[in-house]
Amino acid sequence: MSGAIGSGVALSSLGLDLTALKAHAAELSKMDRIRTAKQSISICCYCSVGCNVICSTDRLTGKIFNIEGDPDMPINEGSLCAKGAGLFGLTEANEHRLKKVLYRAPKSDKWEEKDWDWSLKRIARLFKDTRDKDFITHNAKGELVNRVESIGHYGSSNIGNEECWTLSVACRAMGLVHIDHQARV
Amino acid sequence: MTNHYIDLKNSDCILIMGGNPAENHPIAFKWILRAKDRGATLIHVDPRFTRTSARCDHHVPLRSGTDIAFLGGMIKHIIDNNMIQEEYVKYYTNASFIVSPGYAFNDGLFSGYDPEKRKYSKDTWTTEKDEAGIPIRDYTLQDPRCVYQMLKKHYERYTLDKVSSITGVSKDNLLKVYNLYGATGARDKAGTECYALGWTHHTVGSQNIRTMAIIQLLLGNMGIAGGGINALRGEPNVQGSTDHAILYNILPGYLKMPTGPIQTLAAYNEKYTSKSADPMSANWYQNYPKYAVSFLKAVWGDKATPENDFGYSWLPKLDEGQATSIMHTFDDMYAGKVKGFFAYGSNVAVSNPNTTKVRKALQKLEWMVNVNIFDNETAMFWKGPGVDPKNVDTEVFLLPAAASMEKEGSQSNSGRWVQWRYKAAEPPGDALSDGDISMRIMDEIRALYAKEGGACPEPILNLKWDYRDGLNRFDVPKVAKWINGQATQDFVIEDLVAGTKEVYKKGDPIPSFAKLQANGTTSAGNWLMTGSFDQKGENKMMKRGKDDPTGLGLFPDWSFAWPLNRRIIYNRASCDLNGKPYDPKRNILEWKGDKWVGDVPDGPWPPMANTEKGKLPFIMKADGVGSIFGPGMAEGPFPEHYEPLEGPLAKNPLGGQLLNPAVKRFKSDLDVIANADEKFPYVCTSYSCTEHWCTGFTRWQPWLLEAMPEAYLEMSEQLAEKLGIKNGEKIKVSALRGQVECVAMVTKRMTPFEIEGKTVHQVGMPFNYGWRFPEGAADASANYLTNAIGCPNTFCPEYKAFMVNVSKA
Repeated sequence: MSGAIGSGVALSSLGLDLTALKAHAAELSKMDRIRTAKQSISICCYCSVGCNVICSTDRLTGKIFNIEGDPDMPINEGSLCAKGAGLFGLTEANEHRLKKVLYRAPKSDKWEEKDWDWSLKRIARLFKDTRDKDFITHNAKGELVNRVESIGHYGSSNIGNEECWTLSVACRAMGLVHIDHQARV
Repeated sequence: MTNHYIDLKNSDCILIMGGNPAENHPIAFKWILRAKDRGATLIHVDPRFTRTSARCDHHVPLRSGTDIAFLGGMIKHIIDNNMIQEEYVKYYTNASFIVSPGYAFNDGLFSGYDPEKRKYSKDTWTTEKDEAGIPIRDYTLQDPRCVYQMLKKHYERYTLDKVSSITGVSKDNLLKVYNLYGATGARDKAGTECYALGWTHHTVGSQNIRTMAIIQLLLGNMGIAGGGINALRGEPNVQGSTDHAILYNILPGYLKMPTGPIQTLAAYNEKYTSKSADPMSANWYQNYPKYAVSFLKAVWGDKATPENDFGYSWLPKLDEGQATSIMHTFDDMYAGKVKGFFAYGSNVAVSNPNTTKVRKALQKLEWMVNVNIFDNETAMFWKGPGVDPKNVDTEVFLLPAAASMEKEGSQSNSGRWVQWRYKAAEPPGDALSDGDISMRIMDEIRALYAKEGGACPEPILNLKWDYRDGLNRFDVPKVAKWINGQATQDFVIEDLVAGTKEVYKKGDPIPSFAKLQANGTTSAGNWLMTGSFDQKGENKMMKRGKDDPTGLGLFPDWSFAWPLNRRIIYNRASCDLNGKPYDPKRNILEWKGDKWVGDVPDGPWPPMANTEKGKLPFIMKADGVGSIFGPGMAEGPFPEHYEPLEGPLAKNPLGGQLLNPAVKRFKSDLDVIANADEKFPYVCTSYSCTEHWCTGFTRWQPWLLEAMPEAYLEMSEQLAEKLGIKNGEKIKVSALRGQVECVAMVTKRMTPFEIEGKTVHQVGMPFNYGWRFPEGAADASANYLTNAIGCPNTFCPEYKAFMVNVSKA
């Protein structure tokens, strides 16, 4: 699928009225916005081919309004598959994106919105209580092992290398051994 | 991938087996079709006729879980018909090595088996060495105990009749594929293999791939353009997340995970530093301590000193033989032993095998943190079908994450190209990048330990954790540089022979892992990434140069490829003993005068004709050659066909062991199986589709959901007729562990097999679906049907072969 088709779909999803009378004006408006857009290279977040995409961000609103294949990238040469061509559906324009920290209390049947500060403090408290209670300094053979087996970590292969590395070493510093991610599934 | 995506165009014959690239890697498939345009033959071996099959020259259906039988037959055919690349096999593989007399194989079992532990002692899986410790070789390949003859003997049983009866592939089809692919053993032909999860998702997953690796070595297809073994991986940065080891069993850069018996850094380095007495072997892993110490320096920074073993004791250590893969985690969680759980960017309630067990296990947690961009079945397990929230005590946090286009950073594709992406917009609302989230969680934890103390606070408080920019945000470029590695103090590398002197100032990026040190003067978060920056600090991952000097699509100036920007791994094996390419048409590397020209070579040494300085091409192996005899594997040095945990047969037609003898089963009340059971008579497999990705965050996107709205089971017309099921009808698919309701897709793409004289039906379903979205969706996660059991080398679950029943809903 070409970038041109991708941008057309993205525009119509913004609610532009493309009736015959207004089509010309809409096209002009599109040209202006593309001309004034900030273009950033990103990488598709689905399979592992690593197709590059060009994200166009409206300089006025800071919002992405179009994503299309990057013709300079030697592998995808501007083309994208159905999922990649639909990347716009992952942006803020998707009404289902999570925007708040959600918390579910024990026995509750609903989410509550919380702020980061409260949530991070609560997570740290729960983590520390579990770790301190279950920490294994020495195993049955008396070997120094410094680990905790009652906390697991999973993910992710859909985040950047720098995020992966910091998570990987943070898990080790915490003493976790149940460490895994999608490479195995 | 040993090679890379564009290189697929250079092949003469592409065997696609264990994958469906036209649907799951459509842009990769473009390069496969470019090969076809050049005249290459495309073969698709798969239980199902897919859009990949439609564009291949040949589609060969085979029963799920019988790949080793199919490929073992190919090994026999290649040997019997002398289709090997002889010079390559003699000099670049261990075919000429002599297998030790204690090694044996009998009726499905290799020597050294302990049936109680379901584990092998590998003491007899060795090859002979002379007094100097150098492998004994018989370059005539005639010694009855040389690896080549032992290989021939091992696969004698894999006759066309036997293989056909096990796999359900006709003898005509077997011969067709064996001859087409075997023809790439010619020096001027290149054959490649593309696999995906269709090979890893088996109790013999690793050996599926190894069997192909043996074929590629026999045919001289490793290290060449248009060759190699190419895993088409399924997630955008699964190469990077593996390289950086978000895994229990390795540390970043594939360093080994320490275990209890290895109490000191010296003992650790001694155990894992590769040794070779052979002057022809480069034995690259003799450098192991440099990478290990540089890693420890990166983790603990200034707190890692020679006096404290660079913080080695702070690393957690498993017991000898202990495994903690995600299947083990869920087994322990179900038993109430795992109480807290972080799930970043994942949806384990849909993705992991034996969903019934996974969801019951989640209900036993005290707390869970899920980081995601959409709500999902994992985050809301407490409200899932059949669950009363009042009975679930778990505290759950669903943290809103940034999407990929809302953050900067590097991402590694399957071809090891590490590319840079830029931030195009702020994440919505309170959402943050995973990097920012993990920073903040760890900050709070560190603050608590600093204030209160607690169990073993040293590793938490000594962790180097200053990866912030001026605005206190996760500083991605800073981490990238830290992963690359830098000088921790001023030092000089002096080469007295060459008369050169390299000066490094404290803070200088290290431009090559060959420069890393074992004494703490360098740090590197991951030695494989050393070289992603040059010494001046240029980030090579950002490179977008489009020159293609070889015309073979290496694009050396586009991004950075590990290791050291090498685009085709083992590339010195593409040349003969004099360093001349076996195939001048596909010249990726050539020894000219006194240096290699072309791709970044696997080391600077001259080719092997130089008996003084020449080195063998497989430099990461201690003996320098490709392993046809592979003693590193859990279930034997030669791959053997074993049936899946659940299959249609009560007996393995090839020997006395039905199931892989090294596989261990979980013992919970929910780990139940039905092998050769008439109540569950149909072989089932699971897969993905073009419009959905993994556990379905694509379901939250209307364009994609509209294209693929709900779960379905693909079944043959013959089976549908037998069961009286019509296309589009609602059906029930059940296994002993659970059941799902979905739509019947009756199709010619599935066909019955003749297995051991009986008709066996195969069905298959996508695994992308769940109850949470779209609203009102059926709880149709295919993993209700699958078994939590895995390959003993990797613990990849057996998602691709299990037994089900099908009936009208």
